[in-house]
Amino acid sequence: MTLLSLQAVTRRFGGLVAVDAVDLDVAEGGVTAVIGPNGAGKTTLFNLVSGFQTPDSGRILFAGEDITARPPEAIATAGIVRTFQLVQLFQNLSVLENIKVGCHLHTQGGLWSALLRTRRTRREEQEVEARARELLQFVGLEAAPETEASALAYGQQRLLEIARSLAARPRLLLLDEPAAGLSADETKRLSGAIRAIAGRGTTVLLIEHDMKLVMNTADTIAVLDFGRKIAEGPPAMVRESPPVIAAYLGVGHA
Amino acid sequence: MTNLPAITSRDPLRRGFVALPWAVACGMLTYAFIAGGYFVTVMSFAMIYAVFVIGLNIFMGTAGQVSFGHNAFAALSGYTSAVLTATYYWEPIAAFAAGLALALLVALVVGWPTLRLKGHYLAMATLAIGLIVYEIATQWQSVTQGYMGISGISPLAFWGYEIVSERGKLFALVLIVLLASLAAARLRASRFGRALAAIAGSEDAARALGIDVAHYKLAAFLVSAAYAALAGSLFVHVVEFVSPEVFGLHMVVLAFTMLYVGGIGTLGGPILGAVIVSLLPEMFRGFKDYQDLFYGAGLIILLIYAPKGLAALSDLLPRKGRA
Ligand SMILES: Nc1ncnc2c1ncn2[C@@H]1O[C@H](COP(=O)(O)OP(=O)(O)OP(=O)(O)O)[C@@H](O)[C@H]1O
Ligand SMILES: [Mg+2]
Repeated sequence: MTLLSLQAVTRRFGGLVAVDAVDLDVAEGGVTAVIGPNGAGKTTLFNLVSGFQTPDSGRILFAGEDITARPPEAIATAGIVRTFQLVQLFQNLSVLENIKVGCHLHTQGGLWSALLRTRRTRREEQEVEARARELLQFVGLEAAPETEASALAYGQQRLLEIARSLAARPRLLLLDEPAAGLSADETKRLSGAIRAIAGRGTTVLLIEHDMKLVMNTADTIAVLDFGRKIAEGPPAMVRESPPVIAAYLGVGHA
Repeated sequence: MTNLPAITSRDPLRRGFVALPWAVACGMLTYAFIAGGYFVTVMSFAMIYAVFVIGLNIFMGTAGQVSFGHNAFAALSGYTSAVLTATYYWEPIAAFAAGLALALLVALVVGWPTLRLKGHYLAMATLAIGLIVYEIATQWQSVTQGYMGISGISPLAFWGYEIVSERGKLFALVLIVLLASLAAARLRASRFGRALAAIAGSEDAARALGIDVAHYKLAAFLVSAAYAALAGSLFVHVVEFVSPEVFGLHMVVLAFTMLYVGGIGTLGGPILGAVIVSLLPEMFRGFKDYQDLFYGAGLIILLIYAPKGLAALSDLLPRKGRA
């Protein structure tokens, strides 16, 4: 079943067409990778899907519902959660609290329940705490839950951002270059985590330059170049595709 | 991983540093109760300001927003309390309820449109509302009696029980500050407070996780306006007098000083800041003509050596496990 469907989605910045009439279907379950040279429009594509930017034309459907131009919080509520190319942690909060914020969508407590600390609120807090610790364990950050997020090494920050996104229980997880800045070891761990996430039933859409990671994790690859989708298919096929080879070797473009 | 600075600390020396400003604050309060007289008044002002600053800290410290105009909400509620009790003989509690409602209504009207915009629109709008309310207080003489102010306001009273002694007032104020602080602590430790802190950390990340940023900013604004309204009403009942100057720009400057000296974004900071900053002019009173100079110098030294405020004094110690 198609979970996410982009139909002729276009986004311009002045004269530049950052995303040019892209059609893309992401199947439910599994991992889809979006690759392409710098400036190909990958992050812009994520911004359009997650509501941080609006398309100039085209439609975006999620689970059959039109989500085009909805604000980010509404799209997150619908079940799409993203990470950022430049890590966006809550630097002022502890590692554990970062993940607790991720639980926002699946908890209810408001102003009054916070002030009164009802039994239900306390139970909810316990559940959030347990879930947060479980996710810390999942990404291997359980050693220092009270540490301020800003004190983590870069690779750990990336893992924390992913764990925080998972706390929101997305149906579709968008990862923008999760391996950027990671060591070889950390990338390996990330690779395993991505497969595990997909294994638990969360669909993953991944932007990545690290080809090894892409080949190890992706079931399907879409290739963008100058805003256009130039290829799509299973890894083995995409690797052999002449336009992809040309784009990566710079043939045909000055 | 074990070398990373933890947010909580079990190190005894560090704890001592955390406890030091608290010891001073509690010592001063105790001294006020024992000594009585003028010192009780100073501490009562400090407690009223503490309520105001605890609220401001929710909006500025936790949610990371800026407001220069919370004095407006104190003024709206304070004047409502004053007029309704002095002119119309309302019960203080009922008058406060009316003042609170008015303050929240104005906060909603100011906050609703401006909090949706990015940038400094809110800060500018709050500055404007502070000035507008001040103008109204001076010009609407038939109700506010202009610069002369309103006297004969009924004393602090709870359900018919009037508190007349200065010590009694201070005791009631200390209780109110503790309750206000407890409420702030509960908010901060909740889903609601985490959402505010998340907004301060990264609005984009907050939105990506489904947090309605505009909604929570408005909620934080209203909560802090409610604290300001409470402080305003408390003031007029404790002093039994109100004039426009009471809630002028001076109030904003003083509250900001207390917030930063005490430690913005910390739970105890507002109380510490309110007590210590209220004491500073008293400490330098002996210097007569140079009082303001010493007061200013004292503040600067505090902010240089404790940039995160008194509540974060322990950060100044060298950390264990770091070279
Ligand atoms: N907000 C913006 N305003 C103007 N131009 C933009 C904006 N965002 C992106 N662009 C341009 O659109 C094009 C696509 O950018 P985008 O960030 O989507 O590329 P990318 O594929 O993610 O690249 P990278 O691999 O370097 O992250 C680039 O030429 C970029 O300069
Ligand atoms: Mg990018």
